[in-house]
Amino acid sequence: MQTAVKVKTLTLVQAITDGLDTMLQEKEEVILLGEDIGKNGGVFRATDKLQDKYGEDRVIDTPLSEAGFVGAGIGMAVNGFLPIIEIQFLGFIYPAYEQIVTHASRLRMRTMGHFTVPMVIRAPYGAGVRAPEIHCDSTEAIFTHMPGIKVVCPSNPYDAKGLLIAAIEDPDPVLFLEPMRLYRSVRDEVPDGKYTVEIGKAKKRMEGEHVTLIAWGAMIPEVMEAAKAVKEKGINCEVIDLLTLFPIDKDMIAESVQKTGRTVVVHEAHATGGLGNDILAIINDTSFLYQKAPVERVTGFDAPVPYFGFEDHYLPTPERIKHAIEKVIKF
Amino acid sequence: MMENQFPIRQIIDVNGKIALPEYKEKMTAELAKKFYKQMIRIRTFDRKAISLQRQGRIGTYAPFEGQEAAQVGSAMALAEGDWMFPTYRDHGAAIVFGHSLSKVLLFWNGRNEGCIPPKGKNIFPPGIPIATQIPHAAGAAYAERKRGSTSAAIAYFGDGATSEGDFHEGVNFASVMRAPVVFFNQNNQFAISVPISKQMNSKTIAQKALAYDIPGIRIDGNDVFTAYFETLQALERARNGGGPTLIEAVTWRYGAHTTSDDPAKYRDQVENVKRREEDDPIIRVERWLKNEGLYDESWATTVKEEAITEVEEAVKEMEAFPKADPADIFDHVFAEPTWQIAKQKKEYFDLIGGEI
Repeated sequence: MQTAVKVKTLTLVQAITDGLDTMLQEKEEVILLGEDIGKNGGVFRATDKLQDKYGEDRVIDTPLSEAGFVGAGIGMAVNGFLPIIEIQFLGFIYPAYEQIVTHASRLRMRTMGHFTVPMVIRAPYGAGVRAPEIHCDSTEAIFTHMPGIKVVCPSNPYDAKGLLIAAIEDPDPVLFLEPMRLYRSVRDEVPDGKYTVEIGKAKKRMEGEHVTLIAWGAMIPEVMEAAKAVKEKGINCEVIDLLTLFPIDKDMIAESVQKTGRTVVVHEAHATGGLGNDILAIINDTSFLYQKAPVERVTGFDAPVPYFGFEDHYLPTPERIKHAIEKVIKF
Repeated sequence: MMENQFPIRQIIDVNGKIALPEYKEKMTAELAKKFYKQMIRIRTFDRKAISLQRQGRIGTYAPFEGQEAAQVGSAMALAEGDWMFPTYRDHGAAIVFGHSLSKVLLFWNGRNEGCIPPKGKNIFPPGIPIATQIPHAAGAAYAERKRGSTSAAIAYFGDGATSEGDFHEGVNFASVMRAPVVFFNQNNQFAISVPISKQMNSKTIAQKALAYDIPGIRIDGNDVFTAYFETLQALERARNGGGPTLIEAVTWRYGAHTTSDDPAKYRDQVENVKRREEDDPIIRVERWLKNEGLYDESWATTVKEEAITEVEEAVKEMEAFPKADPADIFDHVFAEPTWQIAKQKKEYFDLIGGEI
């Protein structure tokens, strides 16, 4: 006999709160650190009411010091705690970049596993919400490039909670990117209590045999809209939501692009050095002879993410994606 | 002004005469002899390491000779279960706290094994990017306080580190969270080649504690008694919920920043010779022992001989260590290797004909 799992309908940001709540409840060692996460519940309310519930000892408002509290988080992680750190916006993470790439991601290697850093860093990322400048970066590739840290990014409430719990339980540091554009735009049924979405596994959002579309996070709705639009013209797209940006699910990519032979990769980050290039490399390494057209990339431009007055031009749109789909079809 | 507000505390002067008589009772022969022994031990190690580097038997090495009192005094004040966050110049302190000599040599010979402390010793790998270990110490100490233990942490860093953001962020974090940590600064007055006068306009480092409303103490870093008793007191305060302390130990490194530079290029070496003659931390304890009638020539000879034997043994052990296994490049990046790492390992091992 199976007990029915209770579900609730939540937005993506509420699902994150629910995931944090679940793990604060489950593990004494889980501790939240960040700016304005206590009384204020975080600038996006991702930690709403958690301090009331778990106290100032476990949901901690830190001084304004990204390097300081990420560094202190490393010290706590090494000494028995499971810190979940909120960076207010990904664009503000750079002071902590050194702590992340020279310490959090390297300590296991440096000490052959003697000291490890089971830590999660949460950061809202991306443009499209009319936010002030520097609040809109999507610089996942500077983290996926560095060995020793995993990078994940959900696109819906169900995955957000399950992936967050998987990140918290992962023995290594995980950067958890939150598409702020989707924080409140979708609602989804989310199971009560604990469940995980496996790190390293992508999901298909749509099945099709003509073109593979690969994206993640805030680009998923854009890609889905483009896929639906071209379907009317008889082009059937397969949409892969990566979910994990490192290590990428190469098997699902290979399986799909061997079937379709045509691929469009979409990300809002800059093109040069962007993750699209790694996806290209995977296609090259696994599926070169199956390709019927060169892979197209639809990305943000190689310009700093502009003021929001320009962001509709900067961000990949369903129009641009459709154009790329037609290009690989016509090739 | 600040020099007056933060006077240099000194328990014994350069002539080995007691300067603060209230410590007289605590300054036992046993304690002084332990200090002496540890300082001889780490100086012997340091000199041997330089010579090994010159012979190409280890890699680049960062010497600490001249700073033995600061490192021995502070490390001896620690208790079992405390945490140590050293820099690349603090392996003297790490050895005193229980790190293995051969492992420290292994570190300088390019091996990760050298970063693994002996069982039960909470010694972090040396902090390489300046000041980055300071927030770690704050976090590890805060973790101790949160679980209600009385263990504390010590973070080592130099004068230049106090210009870095991580110093200020780490000290501020510890101060706000009342983390039980001692920030132990060794002001050897040079950051590689840059003298402290170009590093900061502050007259002392201890005064930087004022900004965080924590005790700031300036000590004679070449007086092992002061280094020991002041660290002990700061640790005691930390264990009792009194929060962090910043200690500035004013000292001097005789040698180069590392074996890759020549200090004669940037520093008046006459000053260096003078300091060796007048203000050597080991000679100072020797003088005190002599003044107290506790110095025994044959005991001192034995201490020196034992140190040489111990260091020679460590060198043998380091050199007998198995060759680097390339698998270790791949096996410790994540708890479980990702497909990328597994693939690269397999391809590399196929190429070199080894077994995974």
